[in-house]
Amino acid sequence: MIKGGYIGKILRVDLSNNKTGVEDIREDWARKFIGGRGYGTRIMMDEVDPKVDPLSKENKVIIATGPLGSTYAPSSGRVMVITKGALNGAIACSNSGGHFAPELKRAGFDMIIIEGKAEKPVYLWINKGNVEIRDASDIWGKNVSDADSIMKKATHPEAGTLEIGLAAEKLSLISNVTFDGHRAAGRTGVGAVLASKNLKGIAARGNLCVGVADNEAFAKAVYNARGILSKDAFSGGGGAALGTALLVNVINGVGGLPTNNAQDAYFENANNISGEKLAKDNLVRNEGCDSCPIACGRVTEIRSGKYKGNHGVGPEYEPIWALGSMCGVDDLNAVVMASYLCDDYGIDSISAGSTVACAMDLYESGYIPKEDVPFELKFGSPDSLVNTVKAMCEQDSEFGKLLAQGSYRLAEHYGHPEFSMSVKKQEFPAYDPRAIKGIGLEYATSNRGACHVRGYTIAAEVLGNTDRLTYEGKAELTKIFQDLTSALDSTGICLFTTFGLQGKEIAEMFEAATGIKCSVDDFMKTGERIWNMERMFDIKAGFTKDDDALPERLAKEPIKTGPSKGEVTDLNRMLPEYYQLRGWDENGIPKIDKLKELGIDDLV
Amino acid sequence: MKLLTINVDKCTGCRACEYACSFVHTGKFNPLDSRIHISEFLDDFVFIPSVCTQCEDAYCVSVCPTHALSKNKQTGVVDFDSDKCIGCKQCVMACPWGAIKLNHEGREIIKCDMCGGDPECVKVCQAKALEFTEVEDMVMDKKHRNAVKIKELVTEQQGVTR
Repeated sequence: MIKGGYIGKILRVDLSNNKTGVEDIREDWARKFIGGRGYGTRIMMDEVDPKVDPLSKENKVIIATGPLGSTYAPSSGRVMVITKGALNGAIACSNSGGHFAPELKRAGFDMIIIEGKAEKPVYLWINKGNVEIRDASDIWGKNVSDADSIMKKATHPEAGTLEIGLAAEKLSLISNVTFDGHRAAGRTGVGAVLASKNLKGIAARGNLCVGVADNEAFAKAVYNARGILSKDAFSGGGGAALGTALLVNVINGVGGLPTNNAQDAYFENANNISGEKLAKDNLVRNEGCDSCPIACGRVTEIRSGKYKGNHGVGPEYEPIWALGSMCGVDDLNAVVMASYLCDDYGIDSISAGSTVACAMDLYESGYIPKEDVPFELKFGSPDSLVNTVKAMCEQDSEFGKLLAQGSYRLAEHYGHPEFSMSVKKQEFPAYDPRAIKGIGLEYATSNRGACHVRGYTIAAEVLGNTDRLTYEGKAELTKIFQDLTSALDSTGICLFTTFGLQGKEIAEMFEAATGIKCSVDDFMKTGERIWNMERMFDIKAGFTKDDDALPERLAKEPIKTGPSKGEVTDLNRMLPEYYQLRGWDENGIPKIDKLKELGIDDLV
Repeated sequence: MKLLTINVDKCTGCRACEYACSFVHTGKFNPLDSRIHISEFLDDFVFIPSVCTQCEDAYCVSVCPTHALSKNKQTGVVDFDSDKCIGCKQCVMACPWGAIKLNHEGREIIKCDMCGGDPECVKVCQAKALEFTEVEDMVMDKKHRNAVKIKELVTEQQGVTR
């Protein structure tokens, strides 16, 4: 019997048959996989053939919260969207902050399993344990902030909402799932999967309490964690003042900011798109997700130039890089405008920016015929950036439709897939593996395709004391970060707490909340279990060791300028050691002994 | 006398205060059991906390037929004695701020008691949108902040003489 943290119920929605049902949280799974990402992936392993077409009705979507959600544990409002991703068919867990997760719990459910396909567009209204599948014909065709307000108006003004935008409706493979109209589970094309099921959104509202196993121990653990966070440079002030964009100058400062589709990794004009510049020119105020002391969210507006008068949230560090230096653009207002467009249409701004950069690169190299592109397309041009993003979002032209499928399909279409800066078809984010070696291993082995938030080695390699240029020890470093993140994603806590917290503090909060005994070692082991389970899904889906690879540009073209000038990366100096440390064979397949040790040998 | 003060411009809308309040009063987490409430305006991303202002001549006290509500002259808090409450909800209707309300089950009357002089909501407010300060200090602080603005205008107009 689990004593706290969980509501204890899972909602199952069968859209094909217009039916809903309620199931209990399985205690054995909660103990082994916690909640959120871990538990959700376990459901996928049980119910979905990893070989199915991600956009078929056989795929399922799990919307999952963690046991720390709807408490005052710091930054504990994460919600996870777990499915077979549309972008690459790998196991996708895309997650977001905001206030939807706690609202879903109070409405009666830790998780929702969405299966089948509705005949016509619908949305769900989950109100105090009651569930209605409602007609969404007046919301279909709306952008995310309108969809959010229409659903709130039709249900409850303080309901938490989830919605997909126009990009997802048109099945863009890089479309996201948005929460409360402005926060997104951005990566892996999870929006298109919901669209393929004709599910436009979910609204949730309830009055249930969340209790914890040991009140005194929980309060002590939470205040300890909050105390540590308040003293850290990022979580104790930097995040609130400058947002994640404070990293622009930090990462460029070590020559690790991919520029012009990673032709370089140093952007001379980084100052023009920095967090400091954003705070000065665009920031209105900062915003916090549920129970979050960091409050890195940016509420912004454009005060001058041709986009004057537009307002929204963000951009974070990643979109500033993707739409900025990756495209060679140093006009911050254009970057902010492009980011607003991505948000509004519900498209992943990391993949979007990298896809624009790929298009610019292909075009300048002469691989895209001029007649295919209805506007100017060149590195460094703010107009090229905004026009290309607009075309991608609207998908009214053939070129726009192609862009909305991400850089890999675009580059493949024009015969040069090597121009796509992606791993497993997903665009890598804002850290150059030539300048920061460990993050390259993380991109190559990330179970959902290139990603920084599966194992944020940057914390050690740039923000900590680990030598970023050495290959030594990076296999172990990557494994530790990946295991820790898998477990913490499953509790419902935000990765950004790890700027200050370690596994110990998070395990303490988890144990006090649930009553499940959990040492740091147990916590890390749980993370390792989840990581291996995700790997098993991908292997069953058809991925092999050949997919654990970086774009060849990173191995062959040295960085041209800046502090990391001359650097390339050699994945082979880390990957075999990584497989060995993971207990996988030389083909990257988990050995049966490892799976037995983790208690998941039944998944083979 | 110390007051729970709200700096609206600093609130990030994280609602940790709501969780802390409900947990310290009920042992469980539920924003509906919180004595403090954050109103959210997503069109402009403005967040407005509201909580009992502990009125000197309080409507809720005036209308309470059983004296379950009373002004504590020593602490300044409008005290609520649940043993005397008959649940008539006159106070809920009388309070202009919506600061007295019903709990999540819609039966029990709840209101801010300033946690006996050590408000839990303040402890989790990293943004310092909530503070527990002496009234005089708060007034001085406001006077000073306004004075700084005026001073800037004066020096801008007349130049600095130094």
